[in-house]
Amino acid sequence: MENLIGVLVGAPLLGALILLVGGRALDRLGHWLGIVFATTSFAVGCVLFADMVGKDAEERALHDHLFSWVPVEGFQADVAFQLDQLSMTFVLLITGVGTLIHFYSVGYMEHDERRRRFFGYLNLFLAAMLVLVLADNYLLLYVGWEGVGLASYLLIGFWQHKPSAATAAKKAFLVNRVGDVGLSIAIMLMFTTFGTFAFSEVLPDAGSASEGQLTAIGLMLLLAACGKSAQVPLQSWLGDAMEGPTPVSALIHAATMVTAGVYLITRSGEIFNGAPAAQTAVVTVGAVTLVFGAIVGCAKDDIKKALAGSTMSQIGYMIMAAGLGPIGYVFAIMHLVTHGFFKAGLFLGAGSVMHGMNDEVDMRKYGGLRKYMPITFVTFGLGYLAIIGFPGLSGFFSKDKIIEAAFAKGGTEGWILGSVALLGAAITAFYMTRVMLLTFFGEKRWAGAPDPQTTPDVEPADGHPAVGAAPHPHESPLSMTVPMILLAFGSVFAGLLFTVNDTFLNWLEPVTHHEHGDSPISAGVVTGCTVTAMVVGVTIAWLMYGRSPVPAVAPRGSLLTRAARRDLLQDDFNHVAFVQTGSYLTRGLVYLDHKVVDGMANGTAAFIGGVSSRMRRLQNGYARSYAVSMFGGTAVLVAATLLMRAVA
Amino acid sequence: MSFLLTATAATPAVGAVVTAAVPAGRRTAAKWTALVFSLATLVLAGTALGRFDPDGDRYQLTESHTWIKEFGVRYELGVDGIAVALISLTALLIPFVIAAGWNDADPPSSPAGGKTPAGAETTSRWRPTQGFFALILMVEAMVVMSFAATDVFLFYIFFEAMLIPMYFLIGGFGDRAGGHDEAEAAKQRSYAAVKFLLYNLLGGLVMLAAVVGLYAVTADQLGTGTFSLQEILAAREAGRLDISDNGEKALFLGFFFAFAIKAPLWPLHTWLPNAMGESTAPVAVLITAVVDKVGTFAMLRWCLQLFPEASDWATPVILVLAAISILYGALLAVGQRDIKRLIAYASISHFGFIILGIFAMTSQGQNGATLYMVNHGISTAALMLVAGFLISRRGSRLIADFGGVQKVAPVLAGTFLVGGLATLSLPGLAPFVSEFLVLVGTFSRYKALGVVATVGIVFGALYVLLLYQRTMTGPVKAEVEGMPDLKAREIAVVAPLIALLLFLGVYPKPVLNVIDPAVGHTLSDVNKTDPKPDIDLDAVHKQRKADHGAEGAEGGHAEAAGTEAAGTESGAETHGGDK
Repeated sequence: MENLIGVLVGAPLLGALILLVGGRALDRLGHWLGIVFATTSFAVGCVLFADMVGKDAEERALHDHLFSWVPVEGFQADVAFQLDQLSMTFVLLITGVGTLIHFYSVGYMEHDERRRRFFGYLNLFLAAMLVLVLADNYLLLYVGWEGVGLASYLLIGFWQHKPSAATAAKKAFLVNRVGDVGLSIAIMLMFTTFGTFAFSEVLPDAGSASEGQLTAIGLMLLLAACGKSAQVPLQSWLGDAMEGPTPVSALIHAATMVTAGVYLITRSGEIFNGAPAAQTAVVTVGAVTLVFGAIVGCAKDDIKKALAGSTMSQIGYMIMAAGLGPIGYVFAIMHLVTHGFFKAGLFLGAGSVMHGMNDEVDMRKYGGLRKYMPITFVTFGLGYLAIIGFPGLSGFFSKDKIIEAAFAKGGTEGWILGSVALLGAAITAFYMTRVMLLTFFGEKRWAGAPDPQTTPDVEPADGHPAVGAAPHPHESPLSMTVPMILLAFGSVFAGLLFTVNDTFLNWLEPVTHHEHGDSPISAGVVTGCTVTAMVVGVTIAWLMYGRSPVPAVAPRGSLLTRAARRDLLQDDFNHVAFVQTGSYLTRGLVYLDHKVVDGMANGTAAFIGGVSSRMRRLQNGYARSYAVSMFGGTAVLVAATLLMRAVA
Repeated sequence: MSFLLTATAATPAVGAVVTAAVPAGRRTAAKWTALVFSLATLVLAGTALGRFDPDGDRYQLTESHTWIKEFGVRYELGVDGIAVALISLTALLIPFVIAAGWNDADPPSSPAGGKTPAGAETTSRWRPTQGFFALILMVEAMVVMSFAATDVFLFYIFFEAMLIPMYFLIGGFGDRAGGHDEAEAAKQRSYAAVKFLLYNLLGGLVMLAAVVGLYAVTADQLGTGTFSLQEILAAREAGRLDISDNGEKALFLGFFFAFAIKAPLWPLHTWLPNAMGESTAPVAVLITAVVDKVGTFAMLRWCLQLFPEASDWATPVILVLAAISILYGALLAVGQRDIKRLIAYASISHFGFIILGIFAMTSQGQNGATLYMVNHGISTAALMLVAGFLISRRGSRLIADFGGVQKVAPVLAGTFLVGGLATLSLPGLAPFVSEFLVLVGTFSRYKALGVVATVGIVFGALYVLLLYQRTMTGPVKAEVEGMPDLKAREIAVVAPLIALLLFLGVYPKPVLNVIDPAVGHTLSDVNKTDPKPDIDLDAVHKQRKADHGAEGAEGGHAEAAGTEAAGTESGAETHGGDK
């Protein structure tokens, strides 16, 4: 069985290699090859899962040591995989959703001449993501960690001819690199503290380190998580990442890659358990981001960017839950999985809408689409109900548990976190209802002539009819709707399935060592509050966007709205603090290097031997004289040694 | 006694002579001659690598002959794991350099643009093609000798002598500047070549003084002066040789100065951007990937082994200079407008990493530094050679003259990206392993410095991605339209380098196995041991087992987890109290 883990990772890796190196000969079949490799990986994942379920809970973890990677005196890194319940959960999510999105992309990227390469990158992503969750040590995890970053870079910038896409890709990579500095330093700290960075060595004995050491490691891991999972203060790249094709947004920037930070923190639970200060930092980051993302999501008129804000916010919930410690880990992962279903579904739905609307992304130019795209409407609607936590659907169960756990943290901290989580739930209901109403209900704001002003914002995308032509909204082909339907099933039933008999909790127990927290208020009251918050959010949104007609051009809006449209000024801040400062710095250094460092050296040279005049001679072609003078130097050496011997 | 090392160095030297002798009209024959000789050298170097036993003697394949008896100069060769790895790298890269520069030295077939290039007269006299390839082989021979020499004087001769062919390679052969002012280009080239020569000569002269000084000291204390590394080490071991504190420091500085110019270390780096910018891409690769490695290699072999105490004394300053190099080089790379100068500054940053790793004086640091030399050679070769292909297509080195290349030449863009990703040390590609080893090796002794150097990885990503974005993405520029993709010869140059980057990224073990024991020897020369981890996990394991036995761990799993958590807490407390 262990050997199958290699196949799990190897299949998509091979696929990426074949598709990217294969060249144009594979253009016609490329996407099907990509699907074959992705499906293989999923099938192997299922086999491993079936095998795992058949074993006792404590004996389920598999280990596969492939080879010694970096063997140096005192330092040992291996290429070895570990498949336990936590990794298994991710494997099924990644390969399952990944395969569905491969199928979806066949239709979505149909008109793109570089479709083969797109599938190559998708396969590369799957392989890297699987390495990330299967690695048995932090250094190999790092390989997957940056590998998904690379795939994300390539896919955000897939339409490279668009400067905005190329810029967004670069930005994503750079911001992630800042987070990677954190992961690097965390690994180095583990090495100096424990002499190793293998999970099996560091984690069980994490408690033998001092609280200070664990806090330092924990904070560095948090920095890494902030980068990958778009948490404040490293959140700014995710909105721009929507430049990528929509299937990419669904798979990488919603369902899987961006949740890697949650995985990292949960995996490193033993470190955080011993570092309360780091945990406080984690919950703070989570709580701030969940509100931040939600506010941004309220203001965006671009459907994908609204969903991106939502992703940020939902991951904020997960990070917060993970920061709660053993009372929260399992719920962080549970919300991660349900979110994987409904958010991927929502993005695919958004893609389907764009597909039928000439790649228009401005929701103010949608309206009344439910009649034209019934399947998209129903699947998107189910995803919507799931994310706002409509009782009975998956988001209800997973979010409710997190809010409960937040209160159970205890003390003032518990009250604050719980209240923030409730507030977040209300805002979530508001902005998602807004998306729903703007897109599928109300008047048709697209009919007739689309506003030519908007053309610069429009995604030219995949060779669709020229921008500016009147859209003819239509339902998407089966290859796109079937994945949406399947994901909708997940959005509806996953939560119930996981919660009955505490199935999910028991499944992850050997990894997360769950503890029941004591909430100051009863579970029933928490649920009541959550549902109330949701109803309030929905009602306000309905009052604002459902009852009255929506203007096709956004009103000026309040100060907060305008700030939120600009992502709460994050880019303005980054621009001033880093981009401008950095550009002055580099320009200053270039000047300095030329005038001062180089100038001083040249000046010294001229000073020492009147070299400058000789330099002119050299430039006139008397270079050989220098060769002679050099051998002259050797002669001096010989003479000097002779003299030395004579003296001695 | 074996002659393998002599043969490895002599083959390219003979090749140089033969290539230079090919008649003027037979340019293609000259190219093939050079390629064949470089491949023969590769075979010999490969044999040396194969014959080298990592767990055997420190220096192997040794040769020793008296040369100039009067001055104690010996013809002594020998390689440790570090040297044999670098000789292999050199021999590996030269065929790629030759193949990439296949047409670089051909005389212009027809006067482009109607104007006769300024260098035309010289080129006819020089038989440029023959000269170009002969000089490359000459450099190879001298570099191999520098790596193999275990006699200070012998090393010095080749360390200095390689400046001559390099000077002519930089000054005599430049890019075809399509449409640009040829006379101006020739002037720039000439300036770069002279600057290269003067900087390195200055270093060489200072080193010469130190070499003489070393001879004087040995002559004084041992009776007979010697340049032999083995003899000097043996004498010091036996206590017969004890260089005074200040004397050792002065000698160390003399050696280090020369190596720091060659490496190059901030603030002695300014010759490199000129030299790499003005020379053709294959020569730029020769400079940064091959010749400069002699500088960092020499720090390991000569500075640390001959002057261990002075090395220790100078370490803090060198480490700070290395850290400055890392950040400074990277930031300047960000600010460059010229592709080749950008890569040159990136190399300065990378040399900072190498020197940092060497002087961190840990197993990880020095293993990383040595592996870094190998990986940097390959990755820079890949990036620079593709850049050269790109530049020759457009006749311009300016980043702003490109845009949208990926649309018209996707293979070129793809290989350029892989080279760039290797340069920014993406995990999965070879440079990541070496860079991480350097960082972790530095961090384990100097935490703050390790953190500062780690920040360098962000800037590394910045200059690579900016370069890629500005040249390859965006709308296709009019001048780029119709740019041909890589030709078969060019793919044959780049593909093996990329394959090697991937292979060594996933499986660096074969190289590390060769390097690791040699690094162990070097560290024991300088009396350094690796810092121990704060926590001895073995002891913790034993303790836990003992505790487990005492408690009789028959309780349920949940209970066991509970007690463990409790133990954890108390453990943390006691540790906290210690601090």
